[in-house]
Amino acid sequence: MKRKSLLVAAVLAALVSGPATAACSFRNEVPVRILSAAFEAWKSVTDAMAECGNVTASLDQEFRTKLSAAFAAKPALYQMAGVSNTTIPPLLNQNTIRPLNDLVEKHGQHLKPNQLIKVGDDIVAVAMMVNTQELAYRKDIFDELGLEVPGTYDELFEVAEKIRESDKVAYPLGGTTMSGWNLALEWINFYASLAGDSFVNPDGTPNFNNENGIRALELLKRTTEYMDPEYLMSDSTFVQQQMQHGKIAMANLWASRVGAMDNEAESTVVGKVHTAPSPIAAEGARPVAMLYWDGIVIPRNISDEAAEAAFRVAMEGLSTEMVQAHNDDAVWLIDGYQPGRLAEGAVATATADPGPVPYPMTIEMGLVHSAIGNQISGFFTGTKSAEAALMAAEEEYRTAAGEAGLLH
Amino acid sequence: MRFKTFACFVGPSLLLMVLFIAVPLVSVFIQSFHVTQPVIERIETERCTAGFLEQQCSTEIKNVPVLDERGSIVTTTRFVGLENYRAVVRPDSVQAAISSWNWPALMAIDFWKALRFTLSFTLITLPLVIGLGLTIALAVNNTTRSIRGPVIFVSLLPYIITPVIGALSIRWLFVGDGILTQAMEAWSGRQISMFAQGWTIELLMLFYRVWHVAPFAFVIFYAGLQTMNRDAIEAAMMDGASRFERLRYVIIPHLMPLIFFVSLIHLMDAYRVFEEVVGFRSQAHVISLQWLTYDLLQPDDAGNRAVSRASASAMLTMIGIVILLVPLLRKSWRDHKGVR
Repeated sequence: MKRKSLLVAAVLAALVSGPATAACSFRNEVPVRILSAAFEAWKSVTDAMAECGNVTASLDQEFRTKLSAAFAAKPALYQMAGVSNTTIPPLLNQNTIRPLNDLVEKHGQHLKPNQLIKVGDDIVAVAMMVNTQELAYRKDIFDELGLEVPGTYDELFEVAEKIRESDKVAYPLGGTTMSGWNLALEWINFYASLAGDSFVNPDGTPNFNNENGIRALELLKRTTEYMDPEYLMSDSTFVQQQMQHGKIAMANLWASRVGAMDNEAESTVVGKVHTAPSPIAAEGARPVAMLYWDGIVIPRNISDEAAEAAFRVAMEGLSTEMVQAHNDDAVWLIDGYQPGRLAEGAVATATADPGPVPYPMTIEMGLVHSAIGNQISGFFTGTKSAEAALMAAEEEYRTAAGEAGLLH
Repeated sequence: MRFKTFACFVGPSLLLMVLFIAVPLVSVFIQSFHVTQPVIERIETERCTAGFLEQQCSTEIKNVPVLDERGSIVTTTRFVGLENYRAVVRPDSVQAAISSWNWPALMAIDFWKALRFTLSFTLITLPLVIGLGLTIALAVNNTTRSIRGPVIFVSLLPYIITPVIGALSIRWLFVGDGILTQAMEAWSGRQISMFAQGWTIELLMLFYRVWHVAPFAFVIFYAGLQTMNRDAIEAAMMDGASRFERLRYVIIPHLMPLIFFVSLIHLMDAYRVFEEVVGFRSQAHVISLQWLTYDLLQPDDAGNRAVSRASASAMLTMIGIVILLVPLLRKSWRDHKGVR
């Protein structure tokens, strides 16, 4: 998943020539360059790919700003990229992704149907993992205070109140509420919990400035009362560290981040964090989460030979051996995955009924996300009412959609 | 100097200035009156996305850009007059806010919120930078010659630090569990969150900018003090002028052209305040005009960026700087003519 962070984490895992190890079933002779996001799962996958030889991976949290230009170049600057449903729309729109039907038939027979991302008849991407939110909580504190794991946000507020009174941690709750992309995503999760993915009408006009939008804002604001007062600067890395350092007792957090709670090099709470499904916003609602997938795409503007090599390398990366070696890095879609303690919550979130909706793969969703991110922080600093904030976001969406040619 | 020699010396730099300053400026100016957008068509497609247990497929009508035969997105550019400026400045909402005397409503519009901060930041730091720079210059000038070198070196250090890095260090010192916040909490016995409200963030920004730029003013003023005529000061002392009077009537008039120069440079720099907003992650509370342009240019996840509104915002920033500089430029132009 794309996580916005000021510091670009760029890791270069390069393995040039050298004998291919036993882990790779063939020796790759065609240079394959990969661009992807920089979280743990991608590191594990690209390391496994690199064992085939001639593979260079650039892991970069700001990859989305480079990706569409790099794929539009002739020939494309990378032979493979790691994307998610939030970052694939520009590539679909400019039609720079190679349909993978022939390669899946030749080398990917073992892939499960739910790994194949399709537009029409074309297989455009192969998913390797799903990502969603889950409630990470400190089991030791809950046990000591005799608290039940909250299933709804009302229960979560009660529990948070008790934790605050107990003074066990600095703040009961953490959240990825940094103003901009992160805060907007939290609101989107609440909104989707109440109203599904109805952010825009079929004709492109906005549909989020309504009762559910306001309820989502108010619920989100209520969660911030239990957080560090500087919550408007708190991104997912910050929340991860707060939890690792024992400063918070709960967070509805990315599954891809919760795995780090058992990292002994960073965490002081190894073994103490357990996970539960993301709580629901109201009775009968979905979990406060959306479904994302991460997977690989191959550009159209490269030779068939290079595409085939890239796909074969990818299949080596997305293998059962890799999953067995890195089981807890992600909620893998690949055969051989066993959900661990820190992923149980995410699996429960994903399989809840009614379950979370997938983040829409549309141009409009990008505009909604930006408009919300720019306009709702005023509601949290107290300069705007909830109604005014959503009204401003709707106006900004209309302006931006007009500029993008979607509304007239 | 013959014209040809002059042209040979100036030509290359003039060419580069036209290429890298004038041409982009004209292009931004033109873009700010146009909107470029892709041609969109509506297509019904079935899309399947990954779920944990099973695939989720849906058939929907999607807006998709039209591609030409070479595979690039077809775009149209049309002239929209002042539309982009209107989208940034929002005159209707401004009028409504002003007629009802509603200050928060005005501050809820990004452009005006940014302008309010940018202006107050520029105008508050200006006297502080000049005052502090002058004080350090006078202090250094009065220290013993033997330790002057090290003192100058130490005073210059803040100016050498890269602005973004400086801003980040301030944030790490003052953020919730930063060491300075911890120290202040221990000393005052209460919970302090420097980044939880706008005014403390602005205070830190002012502090940081003055700390960062004062050495620049100091170096200029210190150089100016070296050209000070000792006789004039001694004459003033003979006439019984106090230390303050010497400063007020002899030293400052001598340094006046340099004070104008420093003000000019500082106004231009401070009006483009940007690093503080990014480094402090202050965009929820405090934004600047330069940051607004940057934010409009940042692509969202679907790859959209508001280039035309960003152009309009950039032009407005430039106009703001010009307006701020006009009084100073007029003054130095008059002085320049007077000397002749």
